[in-house]
Amino acid sequence: MIQDWIELLPHPLSTASAVEFVTASTAGGIAVFVGITRREAGASGELVALEYEAYADMAVEQMHTLVAEARKRWPLVKTAVLHRVGRVAVTEPSVVIAVSAEHRGPALKACGWMIDHLKIHVTIWKQEIWVDGSTSWPGGNVVGPSV
Amino acid sequence: MTVTVRLFAMLRERAGTAEISLEAPDLSTVAMIESILVQRYSGLADLLSKSAVAVNRAYASRETVLHDGDELALIPPVSGG
Repeated sequence: MIQDWIELLPHPLSTASAVEFVTASTAGGIAVFVGITRREAGASGELVALEYEAYADMAVEQMHTLVAEARKRWPLVKTAVLHRVGRVAVTEPSVVIAVSAEHRGPALKACGWMIDHLKIHVTIWKQEIWVDGSTSWPGGNVVGPSV
Repeated sequence: MTVTVRLFAMLRERAGTAEISLEAPDLSTVAMIESILVQRYSGLADLLSKSAVAVNRAYASRETVLHDGDELALIPPVSGG
């Protein structure tokens, strides 16, 4: 049975599907992180969406490595790591991480660790789309072989 | 030899393309390919200094020697999540 669901998706993410996937008879706890495009005001007015792009082949490999590293640190039952590509409007999810474990501690810790590491390592980028049609690139994390 | 250069995010936007097929001398290093790119796309220079490089989807250094058919990805600071 497949224990990990890792995917970049061009359509809206379903948190319910991720939770359903990690549900298992041996898992007493499920932790979920959902990253959402939030409303923000900038020099160009309101933010309307974030446009995500990925170096897909490398990003998916990195997401698999992320899950493997989490499994070395904590005893996990199942995981789902789903990230959007394309335009994500305000209030829509850009990333969903769901983790199940026998008890809540490892699930909560692994879920937090995975989103922290995904944000700083995985080859995905967001562009801010403002209400006047202008765009900008938020600052990111410099990556490389040493990290 | 021919290498495929992949550009992402602000690098892609500055160059106006996501992928470049580049003819280069055999045994060119990543740094040599970057200098060819900067001659063609001068707007890339400052961004490249903050970017990582990957050869065939594995992080590499500027001294890495490229071979025919390699894929060189220029990876600016990431901002997923």
